[in-house]
Amino acid sequence: MNQTMSAANAIGLVGAPVITLDKVNKWYGAMHVLRDVSMTVGARERVVVCGPSGSGKSTMIRCINRLEVHQEGKIVVDGTELTDDLRALDTIRREVGMVFQSFNLFPHLTILENCTLAPIWVRKMPKAEAEELAMSYLRRVKIPEQALKYPGQLSGGQQQRVAIARALCMKPKIMLFDEPTSALDPEMIKEVLDTMIELAEDGMTMVCVTHEMGFARQVAHRVVFMDRGEIVESGTPESMFENPQTERLKLFLSQILRGH
Amino acid sequence: MSETVVTASSIPAGGNKAPPAGMVGPWAWLKANLFNSWLSTATTLLLGYLILRAAVGFIDWAFIHAIWTVPYSAKGVPDTSSCQNAKEVGACWAVIGDKYRLILFGRYPYEEQWRPALCVVLFIGLYIVSAMRRFWRKELALIWIVTLSAIFILMGGGLFGLKEVQNDYWGGLPITLILATFGIACAFPLSILVALGRRSTKLPAVKLLCVLYVELIRGVPLISVLFMASVMFPLFMPAGVNIDKLLRAQIAVILFAAAYLAEVVRGGLQSLPKGQYEAADALGLSYWHKTGLIILPQALKLVIPPLVNTFIGFFKDTSLVLIIGLFDLLTMGKVALSDPPWQSFSTEVYIALAIIYIGFCFAMSNYSRGLERELGRGERR
Repeated sequence: MNQTMSAANAIGLVGAPVITLDKVNKWYGAMHVLRDVSMTVGARERVVVCGPSGSGKSTMIRCINRLEVHQEGKIVVDGTELTDDLRALDTIRREVGMVFQSFNLFPHLTILENCTLAPIWVRKMPKAEAEELAMSYLRRVKIPEQALKYPGQLSGGQQQRVAIARALCMKPKIMLFDEPTSALDPEMIKEVLDTMIELAEDGMTMVCVTHEMGFARQVAHRVVFMDRGEIVESGTPESMFENPQTERLKLFLSQILRGH
Repeated sequence: MSETVVTASSIPAGGNKAPPAGMVGPWAWLKANLFNSWLSTATTLLLGYLILRAAVGFIDWAFIHAIWTVPYSAKGVPDTSSCQNAKEVGACWAVIGDKYRLILFGRYPYEEQWRPALCVVLFIGLYIVSAMRRFWRKELALIWIVTLSAIFILMGGGLFGLKEVQNDYWGGLPITLILATFGIACAFPLSILVALGRRSTKLPAVKLLCVLYVELIRGVPLISVLFMASVMFPLFMPAGVNIDKLLRAQIAVILFAAAYLAEVVRGGLQSLPKGQYEAADALGLSYWHKTGLIILPQALKLVIPPLVNTFIGFFKDTSLVLIIGLFDLLTMGKVALSDPPWQSFSTEVYIALAIIYIGFCFAMSNYSRGLERELGRGERR
């Protein structure tokens, strides 16, 4: 893992660490769902997290903006440690955007209102400015013409692109993606992945839970493979996919590839 | 649940075939719904006969053989003998003509009764303005405060040259409207706070308090809450402190309604997908922004039908205040009937009261249906 990072560092792609997980443990009741998870993500680094369902990858990514609370270990995001301190949490959530598997757009608000809500209320931006910003991001995800519709009138792919634009409107330093394409029909997956690739090319720091291995190969600096709550293996996409070290990853890859 | 949209391009080359004849139109509807087998035909005919007979009987009683006025003696006592003679065949609407001001305005001084009448008009105006969505802005709260203050000044007097009228003399429709309007207007916001408190995970003490409050109030009948408010509450107060009866009943109604409404609101909060809460959190919205902008607008919309159901229930439950000696609309109907000449004409009085209650309740339920439709537009999931 460190090798990969230094390799990426050497070519000037990845900056100083912005997310650090240090021996993070989490339990749901008696179930141990995260076991000593340690990981560092540098600025502008793009990490893809994969693994079978129930491996704790979603839980891990949700711990980064404290949608889930870890019980042991230390998580530092953008220089602030995640604790019960609400002010620190607000600071972090302002800098970390998240895209969910089920989009989670606000159905009672228009697309534009979905995008301007947080800038107006959290960043205290004037409405006109927030709308201009929102339109610029909606243009970027190629759906400015839908701005005045409601989420229910859009296709799944369009909704997910709005969700990405909504997160970007907060100008986050880090973007988290929790299986962004898993709820989509095949023909819509591409439009969302294209949006994400474009975002990656702009140098956004990204942590992405996904099974899209093509995406991982194309944009990830590093792939992290999780199973049963622990990080089993990590490395560059090439080394991971072509030269898996562990039996568990080999098994996982064979299952994934058979599915495609 | 998405609707299939048939566009011109999605029609196959063969074109659309018209549905077979006999599938559309009122005759087809009748045939399909009322006469589709000999059993349903027999039921339709039998029920049709019964409904028709009842309707003819009612129209005959209420209109054709009804007596609209009765003569008065020199002392002003009504002579109801013509009504007594027609007792079984015709309604005696003269009782309404004679007593409507007592029923509507209670024992309020007769020559001052334009004041409660104006209050009723103000209340209805307030409802209509509040019902229109284009008035849903911050100014609406101001309109409420101004109107309700005006209503109290009108009723109580003592200001602007109006004669002072103690609220012991208030009665009839204004009492019902005051109890219901204040009850719902105060109970609803309170119920939202209680529902939020009950779902709080970070404040266990608040949660416990809310659970206790809801379970305690729901566990006792409204009548006993009213009794507590009117009989027991003054015992706990220091000597000399006297909160008037109407206010005590009002507080009891608010507390009781809020407990029920809180459970309705909580149902709405619970039925929202978890993702809505998470998305709001992930955007960094504060608790109150999240609640006010994302959660409540959706949760309250989901519970409009049970909410209105509870509102309607409480509108009618205000009639229970008679047991602590307040004279609401229904009680005034009873008082009117205690006048000897009119004692045997309760049916007519109760029908008139029912029409008033139905008027308000039907307006509420009709409005809620329209609101549901309007708010649901464009955001079907």
